[in-house]
Amino acid sequence: MTTQKQLVMVSAGTSDPSSTRLLADRVAQRVATLGVQKQLTVGIKTIELRELAGEIANALVSNHIGPKLQKAIDALQHADGIVASTPVYKAGASGLFTSFFQILDNDLLIAKPVVLAATAGTARHALVVDDQMRGLFAYLRTVVVPTSLFAATEDWTDPGLNKRIDRAALELVALIAAGFEKTVRDDSWGRYQHEFGSAGGTELSIDLDSDLMKLAAGGQA
Amino acid sequence: MQFGIFSVSDITRDPVSGETPSEAERIDAIVQIAEKAEEVGLDVFAIGEHHNPPFFSSAPTTLLSHIAARTKKLIVSTATTLITTNDPVRIAEEYAMLQHLSKGRMDLMLGRGNTAPVYPWFGQDIRQSLPLALENYNLLHRLWREDVVDWEGKFRTPLQGFTSTPRPLDDLPPFVWHGSIRTPEIAEQAAFYGDGFFANNIFWPKEHYMRLIKFYRQRYAHYGHGTEKQAIVGLGGQAYIAKRSQDALKEFRPYFNEAPVYGHGPKMEDFMEMTPLSVGSPQEVIDKTLTFREHFGDYQRQMFLMDHAGLPLKMVLNQLDLLGEEVVPVLRKEIESRQDPETAKPPTHALRVKEKYGDEPARQPKPNANRGDNVTGGSPYQDTE
Repeated sequence: MTTQKQLVMVSAGTSDPSSTRLLADRVAQRVATLGVQKQLTVGIKTIELRELAGEIANALVSNHIGPKLQKAIDALQHADGIVASTPVYKAGASGLFTSFFQILDNDLLIAKPVVLAATAGTARHALVVDDQMRGLFAYLRTVVVPTSLFAATEDWTDPGLNKRIDRAALELVALIAAGFEKTVRDDSWGRYQHEFGSAGGTELSIDLDSDLMKLAAGGQA
Repeated sequence: MQFGIFSVSDITRDPVSGETPSEAERIDAIVQIAEKAEEVGLDVFAIGEHHNPPFFSSAPTTLLSHIAARTKKLIVSTATTLITTNDPVRIAEEYAMLQHLSKGRMDLMLGRGNTAPVYPWFGQDIRQSLPLALENYNLLHRLWREDVVDWEGKFRTPLQGFTSTPRPLDDLPPFVWHGSIRTPEIAEQAAFYGDGFFANNIFWPKEHYMRLIKFYRQRYAHYGHGTEKQAIVGLGGQAYIAKRSQDALKEFRPYFNEAPVYGHGPKMEDFMEMTPLSVGSPQEVIDKTLTFREHFGDYQRQMFLMDHAGLPLKMVLNQLDLLGEEVVPVLRKEIESRQDPETAKPPTHALRVKEKYGDEPARQPKPNANRGDNVTGGSPYQDTE
């Protein structure tokens, strides 16, 4: 008896195939393999941000979520685990990558397990994941696995990268198998900040007893 | 069902001619646009309120009373009146005056305003925008219904024995719409008082507005004003019409591409797909507008944004001809035949006087002689103790 789980890969790589996508793929494959040992059947969905570049730019300047972007948001909303992978440009994550995550509702990804990964042309960018990307995912209240992945050119021939991919994948599977996201959302969803229609349009609860609601109904501030 | 146009009062460079109208030209134009709205058979003209360039409408009641004086049947309204940075006492006074001068051909729509720097210019703080709006309206609601008001709140100087003058025409407060695009508290307040709820319906996908309108309808029924279907809903919309749809697309595209707020963003076709914008032949605009009631339920007022983004006056007047002659008459007929019979009639002064007084004469308050204040003695009006 196995449980179905959904892994969503987000890649901000630009060539096809890109090393950024390749790195995410390798994590996803390991997650699927390790999942079997935990009685998890892991389905994999891929979001290639380059295909959403126009809609991401539009959403940033006009709040207008295009159809492809909406599909990506829906996929993330239902994800049990996420692998987020980006190239490093000018000592930071790709603007396409950060823009995409900046558009999402603050509560869309609460408690979701995430593997972070980055690729670069030089090992000098190695700390981008831990120093920069973790902050964004902490803001989104995700739980990022302890092992960050980074691959510079030389890492692709280094067996050390495979070991780190194994570690990160196992950490993600452990969090998915433990049901961390479900526990947090079931027991504590109301303790996070939400707006009407947030969480990708699914958060529709309204506290009719709040001070503002009482004021709206003719009460005192 | 009422049909009308609303303007944000932007003074925007015409991207085709490169010309920016002067304030004087744009103010002259808006009066012509409002007169045209009546001429082509529309029911409502509404103007926004702004206190910063490039907008001209800082004094809406002055403009609207001028328009009311130059028209016979048109209802003048706002889109929106700032319930945050305006003193509710001044709103009560100014709009009651407008109500008298227009013989009841007016209502108003309240909104919070989202331009942060405007708030401190009027001694307010945008971080308090929501409680400020809610409290201000609670006061405004009383000022139009009670001859003498004692009041104390968090944001405004307390009032002791205050009478807002003139009392509303026929002692019937102006009808109020509450405009909101994302705030359940505003929908709740509209529902609590049995007021109208307006969704501008322009920038975002319909699902967003559907959620809020549904909540408003449920709460309207909860507070006992009628059924969910009888709640009073207004919707915005945006159209550019030409006899042939390819001409409409061609003519409007440069204005769309450089429009404030959404310009330089989505492609016009994508925006049309995902928002209520219609650019096309009269039939296409009719078809799209007819879908609104399927999403939001039958509603009372449909407003169109027709004069923004630098469209020159001549084009706007031409648009109004097409809207009034080829689109709205068909919409009236189609909607009448499809509308749920339970749907409330759109609010007008005459209808509301009838609801309040039946066949009795309306109250016409006559003040007592000046006593210097309202605190000593009884009522300031002759017909009450």
